[in-house]
Amino acid sequence: MSQDNASQAEFRSQVAAWMQDNRPADPGFLLPQTFMEVGSEQVLDFLREWQHKVWSAGYLGMAWPKEYGGQGMSRDFQRIADEEMKRLQVPICFNVIGLGWAGPLILDNGSDYEKEKYLKGILNAEDIWCQGFSEPNHGSDLGSIQTRAERDGDDYLINGSKIWTTMGNYAKYMILLARTDPQAERRYNGLSFFLAPMQVDGISTQPIQKITGEYGFTETFFTDARIPANCIMGEEGQGWRIAMQTLQYERGAEAGAAGGISILSIVMDDLLRMAAEIEREGEPLLKDPVTRDNLIKFMIEEKALQLAEKRIEIPALCRDYPNSIALSGKLRSTEFFRRMRQYALSLQGAQGSLYVGDPDTIGGGFWQRAYLNNFSTTIGGGTSQVQANIVGEHVLGLPKD
Amino acid sequence: MTTSTLNGTTNIALSFSDEQAMLLDSAKSFCSHKSDINAVRSLLKPDSGHNPDVWQEMVALGWTGIAIPEQYGGFAMGLGSMVPVIESMGRHLLGTALITSTLAAQAILRGGSEAQREKWLPKIVAGTVGSMALLDNEDWGSKLCGVSTANSSSSDSSSKIVLSGKKLLVADATVADFFIVSINHSGNPALAIVEASQLTANAISANTLIDETKRAATVDFSGVTLSPDALLPQSEQALKDIRLIGALLIAAEATGTSAATLDCIVSYLTSRIQFGRLIGSYQSLKHPTVDILLQMDSSRSLIYHAATLLDKGPEIGPLEGDTEVACRMAKAQATETLLFAGDRAVQFHGGMGFTYDCDAMLYIRRAQWAQHQYGDAQHHRLHLARLLLD
Repeated sequence: MSQDNASQAEFRSQVAAWMQDNRPADPGFLLPQTFMEVGSEQVLDFLREWQHKVWSAGYLGMAWPKEYGGQGMSRDFQRIADEEMKRLQVPICFNVIGLGWAGPLILDNGSDYEKEKYLKGILNAEDIWCQGFSEPNHGSDLGSIQTRAERDGDDYLINGSKIWTTMGNYAKYMILLARTDPQAERRYNGLSFFLAPMQVDGISTQPIQKITGEYGFTETFFTDARIPANCIMGEEGQGWRIAMQTLQYERGAEAGAAGGISILSIVMDDLLRMAAEIEREGEPLLKDPVTRDNLIKFMIEEKALQLAEKRIEIPALCRDYPNSIALSGKLRSTEFFRRMRQYALSLQGAQGSLYVGDPDTIGGGFWQRAYLNNFSTTIGGGTSQVQANIVGEHVLGLPKD
Repeated sequence: MTTSTLNGTTNIALSFSDEQAMLLDSAKSFCSHKSDINAVRSLLKPDSGHNPDVWQEMVALGWTGIAIPEQYGGFAMGLGSMVPVIESMGRHLLGTALITSTLAAQAILRGGSEAQREKWLPKIVAGTVGSMALLDNEDWGSKLCGVSTANSSSSDSSSKIVLSGKKLLVADATVADFFIVSINHSGNPALAIVEASQLTANAISANTLIDETKRAATVDFSGVTLSPDALLPQSEQALKDIRLIGALLIAAEATGTSAATLDCIVSYLTSRIQFGRLIGSYQSLKHPTVDILLQMDSSRSLIYHAATLLDKGPEIGPLEGDTEVACRMAKAQATETLLFAGDRAVQFHGGMGFTYDCDAMLYIRRAQWAQHQYGDAQHHRLHLARLLLD
């Protein structure tokens, strides 16, 4: 966190005050920790209302141009607003594919018509966006995408299927990666990128029930679905490059994303608070030496993860393996959270065997659901095992399997 | 976007000046030139365990004065600047008494009288070696007891103090010009300066260490007679600080050695062929090697975090709060990392790894030594729990 100047500090306290005053009351159901957990109309409506409220107050899309629903301010202000939302653990801004992927892409690459048509609806949560990259049987190997987009007059005809489409059943638009040239010499060159409407004939979605028992993703089927040819972004064959461009926005508002938090962070403080409430044989759990030793191990690991984000900015301290921190970040953080959440459940004793819906759970089953949902991060976007291969091969220079 | 990020409410200060970066570069280059693996092996048997010419060059480079204020002839760069130097030494298993001499200097700086500082600190900058004699038994949490004062019935402050008792694992004792000895002085912990010339004959008996690159001895201080001005006036705080600084410097050294261990593993995994394949292509070897890298990254972040906090604080003020937490976390992380890395280095070398010729043996032996210096990981986690959970 960089040092605030006077106006930034004033803004920070203003954001904090607004968030505290406007934080929604307990809705009576567990709030989603990520945008991949929008599994019912009830949750959808709640999040839509919250994002709209944050946008109306001027704390979302602050660095986007005014004419498209933004505030035209410096990115520093959005960063500060995001930091406060994260710190105060207010609900997420759920339209993540729009805010963090499609929106900045359209701002950077789109025509005035596209900016006019799409951006405001992304910010005020009227238009929900989803992403159509992954396909059944191909995991995260995007080079193998088979979904076809065939030019037919003023349209493209789409055939194929996508999987792990977050909010596919609620989305109005999809950023779609499809194959326009199956004969391309290099398989990446045959892909094109579309801003595709979802409410057209020939597109259907099938919700996927997750390990938690809830919904949040769909499989999406395209059968001769007709989308206007002007939905393509860039030229045919540029799809891969544009898809890669979206990755740079992952760094958040400072890289051009609209802002808002996309994930409710769970930190060691949350685990300590939980542990402080638990007793074993009449003694607080936090007095148990084995528990204490384990908790401290996690706290050291958490500190090291936080420090890595700072050390990456100091090249002199990253000379041995310059890309190590960047390439291992996902592996380290997602595995840390998996083990930390698993440990939280093990500390709950018999109550750890209860689940969401049981009145005797600790915190409504928050940790149970958090642990199970965490697998989406150790599997999605390249499993931890694939990540370890990437780090081994691209950081340490070990030979491929 | 979906990658988890962490809340930034805890102290995660981390900075590294251009001056420190230059120091790191020159230390890396010096250590790699002066301490290649043949040089390291040539020093395993000789009594001193280090090359006196290299020590003199280190003194000439100013490393003995890095953390000493200018008025005592030092360069006032701060203790944080010792971290890149010590890490580089660990990287190349370069011995010498720099760590223990730095700690002796800090003991005098933090706990000594003005007269003691003026007498000893310029000498240390010039290459005089001090050592620390702290350890009475194997338990880092113990009260001081091993060396006590006798004939202290008189409260007359001018009366002589006679020591009795031994200290264990006194680093580089045979080359030390003086010792900072923790003693039980009339029931109170205290630190005393004892010059090597004051020791009785045969007081030093060298230990046989698991790490053959290191030197330590049991030193019998019995019969040494001191005048009261040999005691450091601020002993208690200095002793606490020294233990934390020692933990950090050992952590820095261990982090360097972990990096060397990783290099050793990667080099073997990318050259050794078994069952028709380079063995680094097997995930059962590749993935644990990645774990070593991640652990080493954590160690490095933590030692430089501690270095940052040390330099932010007052030059000789007590190490408290976040600084204490950082030093303890660094030690707990760094030596466990080296244990893991060294252990795997031996295993991954197969039959070669079981031989004395394989360099993996140097690393695992260093790991076993380092974990017990200035408190093992569990000791520091015990203290961290008191600081962070109560």
